[in-house]
Amino acid sequence: MVQDYGSALNFIPLNRRKFIYLTGMGVGAGLIGSVPVLGSSIPEELLSPPAALKKELADVALNTAKSRGATYADVRIGRYLNQFISTRENRVQGVSNNESYGIGIRVLANGAWGFAASSKVEKDAIAKTAEKAVQIAKVNARLQSAPVILAPQKGVGEVSWKTPIQKNAFEVPLKDKIDLLLSVNGIALQNGANFVNSALSQINEQKYIATTDGSYIEQDVHRLWPTFTVTKLDRATRRVETRNALSAPVGMGFEYLTPDSKEEINGLFTLYKKRYNMQEDIKTATLQLTDKLKAKPVEPGKYDIILDPTVLFLTIHESVGHTTELDRVLGYEANFAGTSFLTLDKWRSGKFKFGSNIVNFVADKIQPGSLGAIGYDDEGVPAKSWNIIKDGILVNYQTIRDQAHMLNLKESQGCCYADHWSSVPFQRMPNVSLQPGKVPLSALDMIKNVEKGLYFLGRNSYSIDQQRYNFQFSGQLCYEIRNGKIAGMVRDASFQATTEEFWNSCTAVCDQNDYRLCGTFSDGKGQPSQSSAVSHGCSTTLFKGVNVISTASKID
Amino acid sequence: MAILSKEEAQALLKKVLAFSKADECTVSLSGSESGNIRYARNAISTSGDISTLSLGVSASFGKKTGSASINEFDDASLEKVVRRAEELAQLAPENPEYMPLLGPLEYKEPIGFVPATAAITPDQRADAVGKSIQVAKDAKLQAAGYLEDTTGFNAIMNSKGFFGYNRDTDVVFTITTRNEEGTGSGYAARGFNDITKLDTLSTTKIAASKANGSIGARSIEPGKYTVILEPVAATYMLSSMFGFDARSADEGRSFLSKPGGGNRLGEKLMDEKVTIYSDPFNPELPASTWNGDGSENKRINWIEKGVVKNLSYSRYWAKQKGVQPVPGPSNIIMEGGTMSVEDMIKSTERGILVSRLWYIRMVDPQTLLLTGLTRDGTFYIENGKIKYPVMNFRFNESPVIMLNNVEALGKPERSVNVESYRSYLIPPMKIRDFTFTSTSEAV
Repeated sequence: MVQDYGSALNFIPLNRRKFIYLTGMGVGAGLIGSVPVLGSSIPEELLSPPAALKKELADVALNTAKSRGATYADVRIGRYLNQFISTRENRVQGVSNNESYGIGIRVLANGAWGFAASSKVEKDAIAKTAEKAVQIAKVNARLQSAPVILAPQKGVGEVSWKTPIQKNAFEVPLKDKIDLLLSVNGIALQNGANFVNSALSQINEQKYIATTDGSYIEQDVHRLWPTFTVTKLDRATRRVETRNALSAPVGMGFEYLTPDSKEEINGLFTLYKKRYNMQEDIKTATLQLTDKLKAKPVEPGKYDIILDPTVLFLTIHESVGHTTELDRVLGYEANFAGTSFLTLDKWRSGKFKFGSNIVNFVADKIQPGSLGAIGYDDEGVPAKSWNIIKDGILVNYQTIRDQAHMLNLKESQGCCYADHWSSVPFQRMPNVSLQPGKVPLSALDMIKNVEKGLYFLGRNSYSIDQQRYNFQFSGQLCYEIRNGKIAGMVRDASFQATTEEFWNSCTAVCDQNDYRLCGTFSDGKGQPSQSSAVSHGCSTTLFKGVNVISTASKID
Repeated sequence: MAILSKEEAQALLKKVLAFSKADECTVSLSGSESGNIRYARNAISTSGDISTLSLGVSASFGKKTGSASINEFDDASLEKVVRRAEELAQLAPENPEYMPLLGPLEYKEPIGFVPATAAITPDQRADAVGKSIQVAKDAKLQAAGYLEDTTGFNAIMNSKGFFGYNRDTDVVFTITTRNEEGTGSGYAARGFNDITKLDTLSTTKIAASKANGSIGARSIEPGKYTVILEPVAATYMLSSMFGFDARSADEGRSFLSKPGGGNRLGEKLMDEKVTIYSDPFNPELPASTWNGDGSENKRINWIEKGVVKNLSYSRYWAKQKGVQPVPGPSNIIMEGGTMSVEDMIKSTERGILVSRLWYIRMVDPQTLLLTGLTRDGTFYIENGKIKYPVMNFRFNESPVIMLNNVEALGKPERSVNVESYRSYLIPPMKIRDFTFTSTSEAV
């Protein structure tokens, strides 16, 4: 489930138990204030030790595990760097750097998994941690009814991979980053905003993975998320409205924040693809709030709804991404996020009509700029891509090495990920993307063909049940469409649908020119809960006859 | 060892502070030893032992502050993290809201540490999980559960002489049982500081009886119903309400904002049966006795007989408003009565028993309107008896409106919100006119 709440105002990183907090230990003591202490421009000394040293350390773990009886082991030596800058109005609220370094060892012994992690990355301590992992596996093996079956993976040798960034965000001077955020806030205030929060999160995972298959993989993963929340009040009507940035968290460097007109879409207003103009977006946002404060209440009922990628990606994440996770289907997540209605019989039939004929979903770990892109997963499986929904039919799931055999797969799909050195790797969602339409179609043309509709942009409230049937979403912006024309903004609109019915009501998808990657930094799953970053590509899409409810409420 | 004693923490923090060249500096340590077993399909799926220790530094020059953290503890790393925080501070613009640090504080020793929990072994964990799996097998159900124990500490020292140390233990057990066909599901959750209070066998039996009792759910029309929320359901519903922050209220952007300006302090906002407070010395739910900003956590009433009695004021906001600072809630305890859930069912003519709620997200922060769904056992009540299980509902409801519609409150229980991993003491509650907006086939 997504736990980042999407706005600068409510930025609550999921890894709250992994990062130290300096401010307020109290329950709910203004979560805004208790942002974890994250990172700064990173000097060279922070780069991890050379690969040769890490190989030596990793071999201590692998060899100890094997000598204690492990039949398989993988080890992650990770250095995790973060920098987080948060501002409100004309001031910086927090500038922080976080760094965490340690080792996690996972072993298979007597047919059961064991895991141990420690921040002591020295040979003696590593051997002890490996022993502990084997001990845990053996203790737990007595409760195991069937041994773990691991899909084979040929060792890839000594290899490396790096996110293809053009400008390392950690090397951009702090002053430039602060200036950008404060200039963004300034634009909001000049245009009549009452409050504005903006933030920039930068993440660098330097991860070394070694497995007993003979893989020694060095990866340098970068992510960036610029965002804001702007607020306007209308004292007379006592209304408060906010609008969040229509940016995306990306697997890119600071180049994402260099505006480029070639990466803009001239729709109802400007929207952004692989480059983002934060200053332009906040001006648009602040001006839109004036209309939002005057928006009329939505009339509940059936509408044809048009979803911009900035809201559709989250609908995809919840209703397609999680629904097709094999571990959920099998019941491994039953005690936390839940299971899935896409049971194996539906897949085996080869006929289960998940969506209309134009609905095609591809899973991948490779799209450049996406949050899911990597070279190899945490079990040493090379990144790949595969169909999940083909011409509306359920054809595959997402899985890892110890569950691949349940789909009769000969190899893993490479979806294994641990969010920290102290976390156990398990199945995490790859990018799951809706393929663009083959017929040329823009969002503005799509609007022309709608008689009674609503056009949603920007992620907002979201909720779905534990088997992924019933969902409810709203947008940052919602425009009424009457007879092919935009007829002003409405408020309090949420669309409520069931997954199968919704995707079968999909009648048009815009073309490749409208395709964008949106995503989240904080997809929460597992116990202890881990956070993973994932993107979903899609173009603006039309759904016929969807139920829209009004969420207007009053407490006085 | 990730758990430092008070003396060890004090010595290490003194050493770090000695590197500081800033005008003001705060250094903090946080460490935990944690073990877990996760199981599903009646077998263990993952299990681990995790040890972490990290150091945070916040340095200020005038009103310019920077923060950095690290988890390596050689002298070079200690100095490096201090220098890095100072570099960030020098680069940061002035924060007009900066408040000078507080000095030494006399605080009472916290009571959250239980040696038995700290001493748990992998074998004890496996035994506890083994019992739970056996209950599920006996009831012909599939168990998916999670047991996690943690021993942790926090210590903070600043250049004005404040030093705080808190150590505590925690164990959380959650269990979901489902039948093979996927037509019935039940859940139970328990949290304690003291692991000897945890009984995985009886807890799993509760989940099993809910699972078998929820098979064959009928669909009934959504709409407004009287509901009985079990403590875990009530906890999920109320969790987003507990900030009690004065500033966002004064700024006109929370449910505690007064129409026309200011906040609702002193106003009656809920039914008079509602009293919500914090108390770090509650034996069922102890909390730290000091706060990260260097002030003391004491017992404080937030809502008293339905009236907003106190709001949390940061030191900056308190100064702006000319009031005393009030730290945020150290824990959340809601008063109740003596009724059990069974008593509440007996007194209900027509209503819905809700075992648990799920995937709750904010729809409107001004009214705290939330949406989410029922899960793991929803039952129709008629004439004082549970008649049959019903399909799950989606709701759109505000906890503030809900706490105006209180019919009865039962005996408070410690319950856990697994999304935030926080525990609360919350009673079961009977609420009229709770708004369900659609049904879901999900089991």
